[in-house]
Amino acid sequence: MANTSCEEPSRTPVISMRGITKTFPGVVANDHIHFDVYPSEIHALLGENGAGKSTLMKILYGFYRADAGQILLNGKPVSIRSPQDARRVNIGMVFQEFTLIPALSVAENIALFLPDLPAVLNHREIHRRILDLSEQYDLRVDPQAVVAELSIGERQKVEILKLLLSGARILILDEPTRVLAPHEVEALFRVLDNLRRDNYAIILITHKVKEVLACADRITVLRGGRVAGSLLRSEATEGRLVTLMFGQELTSPKADRRKVPDKGASPLLELRGVETRPAGTEMRLKGVDLQVYPGEIVGVAGVSGNGQKELSDVVLGMIPCVRGEKILFGEDMTHASVGVVRRRGVGFVPEDPLSMAVVPFMTVLENLALTRTWHYARAGGLKMDWRAVHRDAQDAMSRFGFSFSLYVPARTLSGGNLQRMIIVRELAYGSRLIIASYLTRGLDVRSTFAARQALLQARDEGAGVLLISEDLEELFALSDRLVVLYDGRIVGTFRPEETDIYTIGHLMTGSEVPHA
Amino acid sequence: MPETTIISSRLAGFWRKLLDGLVRYTLTILLALGLFGVILLISGRNPLHSYRDMLVHTMGSAYGFSEVLVAMTPMLLTALAVALPSRLILINVGVEGQLYMGACFATWAALTFPHLPAYVLLPLMAFVGMLGGALWAFIPGYLKARGIVNETITTLLLNSVAPKIVSFFIFGFWHSPMDTDKTANFVPAARLPTFFGTRIDLSLFIGLALLVVFWWFVKYTRWGLEMRAIGGNPQAARRNGIPVSTYLVVGMCVGGAIAGLAGMAQVSGYYGLLLANFSRGIGYMGFLISWLSFGDPLGILLMSFVVAVIFTGGNLLQLTQGLPFAAINLLLALTLFVVLARPQFSGFIRRKTA
Repeated sequence: MANTSCEEPSRTPVISMRGITKTFPGVVANDHIHFDVYPSEIHALLGENGAGKSTLMKILYGFYRADAGQILLNGKPVSIRSPQDARRVNIGMVFQEFTLIPALSVAENIALFLPDLPAVLNHREIHRRILDLSEQYDLRVDPQAVVAELSIGERQKVEILKLLLSGARILILDEPTRVLAPHEVEALFRVLDNLRRDNYAIILITHKVKEVLACADRITVLRGGRVAGSLLRSEATEGRLVTLMFGQELTSPKADRRKVPDKGASPLLELRGVETRPAGTEMRLKGVDLQVYPGEIVGVAGVSGNGQKELSDVVLGMIPCVRGEKILFGEDMTHASVGVVRRRGVGFVPEDPLSMAVVPFMTVLENLALTRTWHYARAGGLKMDWRAVHRDAQDAMSRFGFSFSLYVPARTLSGGNLQRMIIVRELAYGSRLIIASYLTRGLDVRSTFAARQALLQARDEGAGVLLISEDLEELFALSDRLVVLYDGRIVGTFRPEETDIYTIGHLMTGSEVPHA
Repeated sequence: MPETTIISSRLAGFWRKLLDGLVRYTLTILLALGLFGVILLISGRNPLHSYRDMLVHTMGSAYGFSEVLVAMTPMLLTALAVALPSRLILINVGVEGQLYMGACFATWAALTFPHLPAYVLLPLMAFVGMLGGALWAFIPGYLKARGIVNETITTLLLNSVAPKIVSFFIFGFWHSPMDTDKTANFVPAARLPTFFGTRIDLSLFIGLALLVVFWWFVKYTRWGLEMRAIGGNPQAARRNGIPVSTYLVVGMCVGGAIAGLAGMAQVSGYYGLLLANFSRGIGYMGFLISWLSFGDPLGILLMSFVVAVIFTGGNLLQLTQGLPFAAINLLLALTLFVVLARPQFSGFIRRKTA
């Protein structure tokens, strides 16, 4: 244990959680956890999915009651029974799913959260307070903007502003970087840095080791509901944190062997001048030309909202191409239905599995069968061969090193397990073309490795992969070829070893590539 | 073996669900009767006497019970005609219209081919009746699948069209020499067989069989699985390659066909002729029953039975207690209110058993 070095008798922690224990049916989520937060510090709570981070913080925020243990506020015991209690003692939390009301303006959303909201709103006063604070901490947003029109990054700023204006001094951020683009992450860290300087205490829940090293002062690692270690930034290294998280060191899979695809082979997917017609807030694809060859991973880099969703939807057949041609496996499938495309062997890992790929109230097993009902149907469709579904799922899970329950409703799975389920369904059953959108979003380190491994394995078996991501590191590690999508167009095609993150980054943001 | 424990735990789950359902429906009905009793008291009747009359006349004699089953028969079918599309999140308010079209088509067959033997004529009537209902439902189904118009509105509006079409045929062509608002009696070959010397006809058993088939279809078949997927998350279903639009159109048409069958059963079994405005709101009653029972086949059976008891018992109350028929609608409305308050109920039960 490394927590001896953390004892600092000179300072009282602003929050001290002592011996917190919480059990849910069948699982001990928190097992005698000690967790201290000091003022003007960023304390990272690190652990893989299911390690107990969220549970611990939900206890602190009053969502759950601990079975045992005590919470001390500035050395005095407090009882926090509800989020209202937590807010009363100046604890605030930013959740993964934001709690803003999209139809209201920024100022109205913030006003709703103020503890001293008067009966008649003084809009000017609220605007002034928002502007002051946003100026001070680099959280610039327009108070009059309607939340529905803000980007995810801006919404997060509003959430933070909301807490600051309501007087919170202890901020809990649950996986705040999950939804952010790389440059937004940096901006967030600068904000947190400013807040720390002004004596705020910040708790950062995360499973990303790199981010912890980039911004935390103190790190507590949870593993299986226990504290695996607590250390200062100066004592932490990437290897040490990973060891604490998993009990062993892991190495990241890389596409060790870059394939130069055989251009003589015919492409699995060929888009020729594909255009779409936008509906609502969609981005228009403006003449996309793209080929994916067998045994090749084509990485699509780009800031989300530049046509990624439309690209995967048009390949799947969800939205029509109004101009151009789509050739799949040598056949013209420009106007084929999703059912036909899927049946020819196209797998799809969407960016938001719960809403885009899963039926929440059906069991995991039923969800696994959904893309291939024709394969498991017996007696002409009068019954389903659930044994076969079960067998295939078990095989795939043991191949990937996943384990999740098959007989529970899909909505009860954690985000990580849901993504694992989708990976099993879309990668394991012999898809010839795989569209993977944000493949590893929400996955912890270990599952990220497994997911990447699965993708590489599928590639080595001859499948073509279209890997859509914002994570440049991932794209560079896995892709055989990289294209950059910006404003509905492909603005560059590269071999990863012949380019670098900066060139791609500039193309992604539409800025000029500086000539070196 | 883990598999046997899964099965036994599922079996236990099934019994608990059944028990839960029975307790829930019983409490619902008791509460509704209690509330209605207050209304009876206010209007100066003795609720206990009224309820005793109702029970004695419906459940107390073989004849009364058979009349309850007769009243229940079309409701089984019309409720199913709502329940099936509801699995695809289609709100079929148009059973009433589909019922009329089914009756209209079936009557055409009965009047055009009176010389056919029963074993040919009845299936033919059933077939064209279902066809009529399906065609009527195809209109809103197709418009919905193309994303043009919401099916709730179209089905509801078409309800006022279909009876007019039926009246047009009756008044214009089909009415009997004696009456203007109904056809002549059908030939015996066009009548559904009845049983036990009562008015119970074959359509009761068809309705019960269809409920079982519906339950089995949704639970075990590939198409049932795909329907549940569409009902649970249409977007995901589409992305997973399930032809959602086709399902919407077909689901609506099958619902319409079942409603059409109910119409055929009414003219061929209950009336033996086609009468303008024959329905007495059976279609809407089916909608109510289906939504009260959340489209669950067992629930449809129970709720249809309860509604049938209230209906037939209510008719008797008009005679014995001198209540207006509107009072029966009041009782049905109270039942609806109470059923919609179900969440509080289940919490109550759970706390009691815990």
